[in-house]
Amino acid sequence: MSTGVRTGLAELRTAVAEVPDPEIPVLTIADLGILRDVRWAADGRPEVVLTPTYSGCPATEAIRSDVTARAHAVRPDARVVVELAPAWTTDWITEAGRQKLAAYGIAPPSGNAAHGGSGRPGKVALTLGRPPAIGCPRCGSSDTELLSRFGSTPCKALRRCRSCAEPFDEFKPL
Amino acid sequence: MTAVVAPSADVAEYAIRLGDDALILSQRLIEWSAHSHEIEEDVALANIALDLLGQARSLLSYGGSYSGKSEDDLAFGREERRFTNVQLVELDNGDFAVTMVRQLLFSAYQYELYRTLESSVDGQLAAIAGKAVKEVAYHVEHAGGWVLRLGDGTELSHQRAQAALESVWPFSYELFGDDELSGRIADRGVGPLPSLLRDGWLGTVQPLLAEATLTIPDDGWRPGGGRSGLHTQGFGYLLAELQHLHRSHPGATW
Repeated sequence: MSTGVRTGLAELRTAVAEVPDPEIPVLTIADLGILRDVRWAADGRPEVVLTPTYSGCPATEAIRSDVTARAHAVRPDARVVVELAPAWTTDWITEAGRQKLAAYGIAPPSGNAAHGGSGRPGKVALTLGRPPAIGCPRCGSSDTELLSRFGSTPCKALRRCRSCAEPFDEFKPL
Repeated sequence: MTAVVAPSADVAEYAIRLGDDALILSQRLIEWSAHSHEIEEDVALANIALDLLGQARSLLSYGGSYSGKSEDDLAFGREERRFTNVQLVELDNGDFAVTMVRQLLFSAYQYELYRTLESSVDGQLAAIAGKAVKEVAYHVEHAGGWVLRLGDGTELSHQRAQAALESVWPFSYELFGDDELSGRIADRGVGPLPSLLRDGWLGTVQPLLAEATLTIPDDGWRPGGGRSGLHTQGFGYLLAELQHLHRSHPGATW
C-alpha cells in the first residue's frame, strides 16, 4: 500500500508541476515556488497545495483551474487547496526560474525579499531607486534606473536601461 | 481550503471592518484609471487597487463565513449603512495630491495594523496580514515618494499638497478610534487596540510630512462614524457604481 501511495503523489506532482503562469508563460508553478505541497489529506484524498503570489493576483484563479484540470486527469479524487501562510516570497523562485525570467527579458528579483530585511517602510520611502544594481536583461548593463515600482502585473516593476535605452520589466522582490 | 476555522461573531465583524476599508479604497482608486497624468501612474494606482481588492476578498470571505455569506454577498448586497469602513477611504479622490496624501495616511496605518496582526491568535487573520503587509510596504513607498515630491516641489504643488493634507488629516483620527468591539478583539489577542497603532504610524508619517515641508493641521475637527455605518455624502454614489451590475443581474456569473 505505501508504495502505491507514494507513486500516486509523485505522479500527481509531475502532472501539475508544469502548469505555466498565464502572465509569464515561461515560468511553471514549480519555478515560481507557488506549488507548495502535494500530500495526502486526513480523509485519504490527495491534495495539491498552492499559495498565491500577491493577494489580488488574477492569475491565481486561472492557475488553480488549470491545476485542478490536470490533477483530475490523473487523480479524479484530487483536491486543490490554497494556503496563505507562510506568505509567498520571491526568494522561493528557483534558480531555473530566475534563468528563464532573464532569458525571457524580465530581470529576476534581486537579493533577499524587501520585507523583513529593510524593516519599516518609512526608511525606503524617501528614495527613488534602490542601491542593488538590477542588470538589463537585454544588454547586461548594470546602469539601469527605476521608472515605476508598479508594472504590467502586480509582481513586476518597470525599469529602463541607460546603456541600450530599452525599457524592461523587473520581477520585484516581495 | 484547509483547516480554516469559522470565526466567532466578533472576529467576523472585525474582519469585515478591515475588508470594507480595503474594498472601498480599492473602488475609489480605480476611478483614476485612464485619468492619471502619466501611464505609469495609471498602472501604479490600478496595481495598488488590485492589492487592496485581494486583501478585501480574503477578509470579507473570512468574515462572511460566520454567517454563510460570500464575499460577493457582502460587497454587492449590503446597503450603505451596513458598511463599516472608515470615512477616510470613501472620500472623493479630489486632485492627485488628495489621493496621494490619503494613500500615505491609510497605507502607513495598514502597515502598522498588518504588522501587529501577523502575530494574531487567529490563524487566518495572521495569514492574510502576513501576505498583505509586504504589499502595503510598496504602497507606503509609492505614496510617500509622491507626497515628498509634491510637498517639496513647486509653489503650486506645495500649496495643493498642503490643502490636501488639511482636508484629509482630520479623517485619520477615525483609524485609531477604539470601541467595544475593538476592545474585545484586543482582549483576546486577535487584533491591536487601534489607538495603540497611532505612535508607530506617526513615526512613519510625521518625518515624511516634515521633509515634504508640509504642516499638520490642528483644528480639533475629528469626523467619524464610519465604523457604525455613518458615511459621507459621496459614499452612496460610490456604492451605486460598485453594485449596480450585480443588482441589475442578481446571481449572474461568468
